[in-house]
Amino acid sequence: MNITNLIKELNLDVETQVNNDITFDNVYIGDLLSVVMSNAKENSIWITIQTHLNIVAVADLIDISAILVVENMDVDEDTVEKANELGIPILTTDKSAYEVACEICKLEN
Amino acid sequence: MKKIKSYSYRINKNDFVNAGKVSSEIKKNLKKIGFTNKIIRKLAVISYEGEMNIIIHSEGGGIELEIYEDKITLNIRDIGPGIDDVELAMTEGYSTAPSEVRELGFGAGMGLPNINNCSDDFKITSSENGTKIESTIYLE
Repeated sequence: MNITNLIKELNLDVETQVNNDITFDNVYIGDLLSVVMSNAKENSIWITIQTHLNIVAVADLIDISAILVVENMDVDEDTVEKANELGIPILTTDKSAYEVACEICKLEN
Repeated sequence: MKKIKSYSYRINKNDFVNAGKVSSEIKKNLKKIGFTNKIIRKLAVISYEGEMNIIIHSEGGGIELEIYEDKITLNIRDIGPGIDDVELAMTEGYSTAPSEVRELGFGAGMGLPNINNCSDDFKITSSENGTKIESTIYLE
């Protein structure tokens, strides 16, 4: 699925620049960086409540398509800056991880 | 076997701002050489966990990436204070990371197990002078 479709369908807020060509074919939910590192598949949307700079490093290392920060968490300014530098979109929503996961699931079916 | 290339990276303690930078450099270099995504992913996980361990737990250290004709090794070294009980530290979920670090999503107690799981060959020695990890991935 295309990331711009996801943003539109789920009415997500966009914290960074978004390259319209980015797609994803998987979703991973997790807040412990080591667990995400070892289990998330490449080209995933990563749903998390973590917002500090290091989420961008993790996403970059394992080729995550985009980070979706849930529960209305404020994303740190340096996180946004780094994400723009590496071309990894950060999206936000006030919904919970469960709610957005359900919505993505509906979109896919 | 002949060593083709080696790279050396320094990592400072508590340097959370630059955390992941060395792993990202390693990934970039491996990509440039043309290794498969599978191998790059394993080495990215190993170097990231090693890098974070140095930042969180040590007095500073570094990673050496060595590329041979038939294997790639990552030597992850720091200058202490060392791991009291290596066997315990190898247990999934066991962590000595402080709570403020855990709140950021680090210190899940998965670092060393992840390095071990991604390595074809894994060696660790630790004393109060520091910890040495040698992780090897064999090329098919």
